[in-house]
Amino acid sequence: MALLAIGNLNMAFGGLNALTNFNLELNSGELVGLIGPNGAGKTTVFNILTGVYAPTAGTIIFNDENITGLKPYIITQRGIARTFQNIRLFSNLSVLDNVRIAYHPNVKYGVASAVTRIPSFHIEEDALTQKAIDFLKIFSLEDKMYEIAKNLPYGQQRRLEIARALATQPKLLLLDEPAAGMNPQETHDLMNLIKWIRSQFNLTILLIEHDMSLVMGACERMYVLDYGIVIAHGNPTEIKANPRVIEAYLGEEVPNAKNQ
Amino acid sequence: MKKMMNKHTIITIIVLILLYGSVQASILLETINPFYQLNLILICINIILAVSLNLINGFTGQFSIGHAGFMAIGAYTSAIMTVKLGQSFPLAILAGAVAAAIVGFLIGLPTLRLKGDYLAIATLGFGEIIKVLFVNFEYVGGASGFHGIPHITTWTWVFFIALFTVVFIRNFIDSSHGRACISIREDEIAAETMGINTTKYKVMAFTIGAFFAGTAGALFAHYFYILQPSNFGFLRSVDYLVMVVLGGLGSITGSILAAIALTILNAALQSVAELRMVIYSLLLIVIMIFRPQGLMGNKEFSLKMFKRLGRGEKHGSVGNR
Amino acid sequence: MEHMQIFFQQLINGISLGSIYALIALGYTMVYGIIKLINFAHGDIYMVGAYVGFFAITKLNMSFIPALVASMLFCALLGIVIERMAYKPLRNATRIAALITAIGVSLFLEYGGILIVSPQPRAFPDVFPMSKLTFFDGKVYMTNQQIVIFLVAIILMILLQYIVHRTKIGKAMRAVSYDQDAALLMGINVNTTISATFAIGSALAGAAGVLVGIYYTSISPLMGIIPGLKAFVAAVLGGIGSIPGAAVGGLLMGVIEAMVSGYWSSTLRDAVAFGILILILIIKPTGIFGKNIREKV
Repeated sequence: MALLAIGNLNMAFGGLNALTNFNLELNSGELVGLIGPNGAGKTTVFNILTGVYAPTAGTIIFNDENITGLKPYIITQRGIARTFQNIRLFSNLSVLDNVRIAYHPNVKYGVASAVTRIPSFHIEEDALTQKAIDFLKIFSLEDKMYEIAKNLPYGQQRRLEIARALATQPKLLLLDEPAAGMNPQETHDLMNLIKWIRSQFNLTILLIEHDMSLVMGACERMYVLDYGIVIAHGNPTEIKANPRVIEAYLGEEVPNAKNQ
Repeated sequence: MKKMMNKHTIITIIVLILLYGSVQASILLETINPFYQLNLILICINIILAVSLNLINGFTGQFSIGHAGFMAIGAYTSAIMTVKLGQSFPLAILAGAVAAAIVGFLIGLPTLRLKGDYLAIATLGFGEIIKVLFVNFEYVGGASGFHGIPHITTWTWVFFIALFTVVFIRNFIDSSHGRACISIREDEIAAETMGINTTKYKVMAFTIGAFFAGTAGALFAHYFYILQPSNFGFLRSVDYLVMVVLGGLGSITGSILAAIALTILNAALQSVAELRMVIYSLLLIVIMIFRPQGLMGNKEFSLKMFKRLGRGEKHGSVGNR
Repeated sequence: MEHMQIFFQQLINGISLGSIYALIALGYTMVYGIIKLINFAHGDIYMVGAYVGFFAITKLNMSFIPALVASMLFCALLGIVIERMAYKPLRNATRIAALITAIGVSLFLEYGGILIVSPQPRAFPDVFPMSKLTFFDGKVYMTNQQIVIFLVAIILMILLQYIVHRTKIGKAMRAVSYDQDAALLMGINVNTTISATFAIGSALAGAAGVLVGIYYTSISPLMGIIPGLKAFVAAVLGGIGSIPGAAVGGLLMGVIEAMVSGYWSSTLRDAVAFGILILILIIKPTGIFGKNIREKV
């Protein structure tokens, strides 16, 4: 049984069809790429999956449950986490607080305990903080935990965003152009990080990416979107050879990818 | 910071006891001028209003400019309790606060879907509607006012309720629930993606803010004998807005300092009320142009700050654990 | 048929009041359309317009039309000065910072006005001989003032429509409101265009101020607050950012308010106005003519 099954998804903005009969399946543990030219509808898929938009038609089955049109925070609690194309950190808060906020849905103490500061509040709060610090260590961000998020260098902001998403304890992670704005070395490190977190956290990952070397090197399968329609899917070799893909999008990019 | 009582907490408690005791003693010994006494009480009431408005505007990032409306509900409800129903003062305060909180909840639920300036205008509208309803409500005196409210509010009442408010909101903010509110201010979409029910926390912040505004209204009503709907217009909401903005959106100590400073300024400019408003308006404009985060930004004022400044450190993440 | 008389009388009153709201609402909507700012001070510019008209007529012995033009010019200038001094430094700040500044400017005009011209209301001079057109055996009437208000409002709205759709500056205004950065790249002087928008919007408010002086015959420094807020409600009702929306919204607000006063109670009309505002904001925040804009994620 697939972890995620998207069936006949349609999304229209006014008169514009951003997605037409979009189908996608992810099996547990897969790392799948979603590629396509600018404006093809990739981020729209993420926005529907995470409940930011309600689709015009279609269903999303996640973990044997219909999650179509649920509110974003409920979808996150069901186990889908994401990062954003243009980083959306809590930029005036510390690195530590960014991660602690991601643990919030697991917090058991109520407002009354928080306000009266009964011992159980301190115990849970300390445990939560420790958990967040341990988590930051995995991403080598622990020495930056009191830094304000917006003061981090760009690469670390990207990493913090991924760390924060993982702190929500997802089964499925959606990464929206994680390598955007990175140099080749950073991209290479990021690729290793993505592979590593997949095995470490038992994750399924869906990745939107423009950097072909990253997608081709990391993903087992990929879907190609153009004008809201899936024009191809398959493994990297099949995609590279697909004439429709080359025509729509990869014409200039594939030779580049082969060289690396 | 695991110990409940660290050095700073002890110093703070001692300062507060001295502050309360010295004022209380001078009131009992009648060495304090009634004008100063009035303003000390106003400072405490204004602290309650500014800090509770900061929870909504500064910490949760939901821009409300109708705080005086909640204050009015607390004031009128508590006065009805003592004058018409003969209830005790503590019960009247509680009733006023709860009534304001209920109205805050009912107003917040539909309007908090609105963003930024639209929300601001909607809260302004609600504030005005509440005022107009009291004008048309003959049971509480209508436009001519609600007279004969007993004078029960004392320095002890306002001091400890203001203290309670500050501790309550500080503890709330410095908890996972408070961080959930702050994350909404920082980025509502990201907050939701972290699994936070943003509607719940927006409404919660709004309801808590309204609760304390109602409390302040009850204290206000039982100090001044008379309530008039015109006491609770837009200009009063602007007073608290100025305090929050001046002190810093997201700084509790900033709100406290601004409440003290502006109450004193008001007292000093009492005879020239128009000039006071001109100064207020220029303050708003100048702060927004030159220091839009307010005097304190989202930092908290503490003794540590001076030490850090002395050592030439920047970025004092003061107030963080 | 007493019912019909009340209805027609209130309709006439509502339309003349509504024309004034519409003129103010146009300024709100134009400024919002171009820099996404609720110009809180707009209602107070209208107050300034009323005072300029008052002094032009009483001290300079001007007749109606020159006084109207003087008031419009003065307010246009005031609008430009406010924009340059208070709003321009905040163009890239948060919308809330800009809104707080606008509240500041509003209070400054109100209380600065009190300091300069004293808080006492003043009687606006009669510029038109009082005469009425009557219908239904004199039971429904329309005064000279009402006719003038309506005509002036219509002429100004036609003029505005012409400026926005048929002139170069109007084209620039539409371009800047659509996409400021792209307009800049196309060689449009964004600063001048924003100033022009403030000037035109403020001039309309100035005209509304003179008209309201004629209608209510009394002016005071705080007179701008409530009509300003109601005109804002009118702009939201019509769809903020939409010029026809502001005109329709203004007329609707005027008529609704007159009907509430006529059939119910005039003390409740403010509450009804704000009730309408909240209902629209909750049900259809884009108003009658507004476009739906989605936040980009």
